Amino acid sequence: MSNATVRAIVAGHGDFATGMISAVDQITGRGGVFAPMTNRDLSMDDITKALESLIDHTGAAVVFTDLPAGSATVAARRVQRAHPDLVVVTAISLPVLLDFVFQGDLAAADAARHAVEKGHGAMAIVGLPGAR
Amino acid sequence: MPVDLYRIDDRRIHGQVVVGWGQPLDLGFIVLVDDEIASSDWEQELYRMGVPPDMDVFFESVDSIATDFVRFARDARHGILLTSDIDTMRQLVERMPNAIRAVNLGGIHHRPGRSPKLRYVFLDGTEEDALRGLASRGVIVSAQDVPAARPIPLDELLALHGAAK
Repeated sequence: MSNATVRAIVAGHGDFATGMISAVDQITGRGGVFAPMTNRDLSMDDITKALESLIDHTGAAVVFTDLPAGSATVAARRVQRAHPDLVVVTAISLPVLLDFVFQGDLAAADAARHAVEKGHGAMAIVGLPGAR
Repeated sequence: MPVDLYRIDDRRIHGQVVVGWGQPLDLGFIVLVDDEIASSDWEQELYRMGVPPDMDVFFESVDSIATDFVRFARDARHGILLTSDIDTMRQLVERMPNAIRAVNLGGIHHRPGRSPKLRYVFLDGTEEDALRGLASRGVIVSAQDVPAARPIPLDELLALHGAAK
């Protein structure tokens, strides 16, 4: 894992965050751009506290989460209320994170927006007749 | 169609509820009974945000649900009623006798003073007594975080020590 400055947190269920970051690191060597967080076995209050602490500790400006209705997303929205500049992106995929790590010259919000557009474009059904 | 599931979950509306239970139950609505959230538009928007547009979310207080419950009980869709703590569910059982026949413990996580029972259920003595009180009123209490898991009856749950399961 690289020693890059953490710019974003990846948060979600189970090993989602560590798995996604591991994949980013294997592909780009830039997994250190992200800090992982799991909601496993935590109450809503504890998820929120853990996320806020991680943001304060790392200075991350973006939180990527796995599921719109998930507790990590609810916690991120809660933290966002106290940190209005925090960017929250939900329902992410690997292409989203891969693009984000290469947008280091952009401000966090712009990098997140760029990554989301890339993620949308990467979605495809492969191999079905008539599908691209 | 009566409400399908009465669940205590301190995460309230989250992935296990919306997707884990929502998909197999073909869930049409969620009722969250929480006095604090029922009085806060911001909190309501927070919990409504991730719910699919074809699933309704209703926010009720302990007082208002007693009146509105008939509407939910008559709703033709499948529904879940949530509280975030045991005491709120206890109040509902007492105020609406015979309406709630079974209570699902879906998530009561660690906090100081609570002892581990399951990885998603931690209880203190007062909470254990409150659950026994529900059972003594004929309510079937069991712990089950997701539909695919085995429901663990209250007696078995209270005999557990440790959160490894």
